[in-house]
Amino acid sequence: MAIVTPLKTAAEQTLIQQFADSKAELPGGPAVRKLREDAFAGFEAKGLPHRRLESWRYTDLRALLREARPLADGAAVTEAVKARLAALKLDGLRLVLVDGVFAPDLSTLDDIPEGVSVQSLSEALVSQREGLSRVLSGPSVGADDTGLMLNTALMRDGVFVEIAEGRNLEQPIVIVSLASGHEERAVFHRSVVLAAQGSRATIVEVSEAAGEAAQQINGAIVFETGDESEIQHVRIVTRQAAASVQVQSLLATVGAQAKFDSFAFVARAGTLRQQHFVRFAGEHSEIGLRGVNLLRGSEHSDVTLIVDHEVPHGTSRELFKTIAGGESTGVFQGKVVVRPHAQKTDGSMKSNALLLNDGATMFNKPELEIFADDVVCGHGATVAQIDGDQLFYLMARGLPRPQAEALVLQAFAGEAAEFIGDENVRELVMHEVESWLQAREAASEVSTV
Amino acid sequence: MLEIRNLVVKIADEDKQILNGLNLTVNDGEVAAIMGPNGSGKSTLSYVIAGKEDYEVLDGEILLNGENVLEMEADQRAAAGIFLAFQYPLEIPGVATMTFLKAAMNAQRKARGQDELLTPDFIKQVNAAADKLGIAKDMLRRPLNVGFSGGEKKRMEILQMALLSPSMCILDETDSGLDIDALRIVAEGVNALRDKNRGFLVITHYQRLLDHIVPDTVHVMSKGKIVKTGGKELALELEKSGYASYGEAA
Repeated sequence: MAIVTPLKTAAEQTLIQQFADSKAELPGGPAVRKLREDAFAGFEAKGLPHRRLESWRYTDLRALLREARPLADGAAVTEAVKARLAALKLDGLRLVLVDGVFAPDLSTLDDIPEGVSVQSLSEALVSQREGLSRVLSGPSVGADDTGLMLNTALMRDGVFVEIAEGRNLEQPIVIVSLASGHEERAVFHRSVVLAAQGSRATIVEVSEAAGEAAQQINGAIVFETGDESEIQHVRIVTRQAAASVQVQSLLATVGAQAKFDSFAFVARAGTLRQQHFVRFAGEHSEIGLRGVNLLRGSEHSDVTLIVDHEVPHGTSRELFKTIAGGESTGVFQGKVVVRPHAQKTDGSMKSNALLLNDGATMFNKPELEIFADDVVCGHGATVAQIDGDQLFYLMARGLPRPQAEALVLQAFAGEAAEFIGDENVRELVMHEVESWLQAREAASEVSTV
Repeated sequence: MLEIRNLVVKIADEDKQILNGLNLTVNDGEVAAIMGPNGSGKSTLSYVIAGKEDYEVLDGEILLNGENVLEMEADQRAAAGIFLAFQYPLEIPGVATMTFLKAAMNAQRKARGQDELLTPDFIKQVNAAADKLGIAKDMLRRPLNVGFSGGEKKRMEILQMALLSPSMCILDETDSGLDIDALRIVAEGVNALRDKNRGFLVITHYQRLLDHIVPDTVHVMSKGKIVKTGGKELALELEKSGYASYGEAA
């Protein structure tokens, strides 16, 4: 009898070797160790996700990762890293990761507000705290994702933030994740935010690279938010090396009568796959997932999300805006799952894309999986060009074509960004939009469709 | 002065010819009206003068103060002094009206080699012009034309015309969708801008608008040409007899 052994790619073989070599020194007690082993076994059975898997159809990670880079095992705090940090204008508690490793010296730990506690993930993993495995596992809808499994197996560090009951933070907590980028490395990091009942906060994740060497980054952030909490997450991924490949997972479990919003801004991010796995754990809550993707050159941005309405009376809103020029590719795959007893669910999902020229591509795949009968759910996906009549109107008032285009594009992105509650963060995002548009204008790119 | 000589135009991607050797002159200080039935090419003429790209000019020229504007992009024509008040002003979601007005005024100033307007001066100008047209401050903060009524959109066009101070104003069916009060406000706005250095080309189906904006000259357009020219009494005549005698039914 022939035994079929699936062929492993070079990258998969390297990852297997890396896990074998490093699992003894990766942080964590017995429970975490078991989590890692199970996750890696899952990865090993399935391999890197590829285009024949429906959820990875448009981002073939197996093909993208020809070789797995060496694991980053420490923070390379270069001058370029310090310069990037200095250039970042955003107030609030700053928690810095360099190459996926928490760097307390670069963080502003003196600014930790009352009612907030911060640990590195590696400390938290060895802490034997109760429920740690549950927190790390996140919503079940993400459990069989091999990209996430790899993160679970190999996560080295990150931050573990807890916000106490009833705390209302006026300033955001900013998690800055910098790739030193002085050599090609693979980085596996994960952060956790536990927001207790009634707490309110804005958590900003800024992900940038200080050097040009291509990185393979697999990051995750886990939210568990309590009843009546209001948490806003804003992710900014920009200034990455063009040849970088990234997977960023967002896992969120949201309590009752709570609000959870996540907004992701993506520009100059190489190849990026974002995946959001979000679950309503309590009734009468609102979840909003939104984002803006600005793509040029050969960039690739994939937003794949699953919203799990596990309980009744949940409201979810998704709105993603993609502007794709050059030879770039945008992907939106959204799935809203409404479980049999999740009556009175109100869901609305939209993905709007503007293609700036013939070479750009957008894949839109919204899905509803509804098992309850008393729900209001809808989705809409559009792919269009810049409206020629709008452009003519603006030009007829004297705006040169590039400026008219920039105004239309800025407004298009702004429709999603306006949901960012924190004014400074919103301004920072719109500033990034403007700077992207200026770079495009400077390169004399105008739409050709 | 606007001079149009033997203008022949077709739709860019089709064979359909719309303007068939049109000749027209509008002098500085003159208010010229063009009347004509649906499909006679009135709106096409306004778009071609303003520089819309969907058309192909096969022959002829359009001169503004002696300069051929056909070589210019729409924005350059605007900076040179051409203003088109749209029949259907476009909605631009996400762009606050004030932001747009400032961008437009400064773009034209830049094209003419002038300094940018200082914000206080800009706001003063906008407020003064908006007051005259009964435009509420709240409207200026809203996204451009989004959710505006027909009358509000037309008033916004006249506000832009006042602020950009063009030398040649083209009003394309400005009376469409207006009730009688809105028509009066818009007409007063236009009349206030009448000036010996500024020409107007008022395109309309109906004589009604011309009761409020009294023209110096009336041209009748049919099948892509000017077929008759007269004084303001020609408009009244047309109102009675219709366009049938010019080879087209209304």
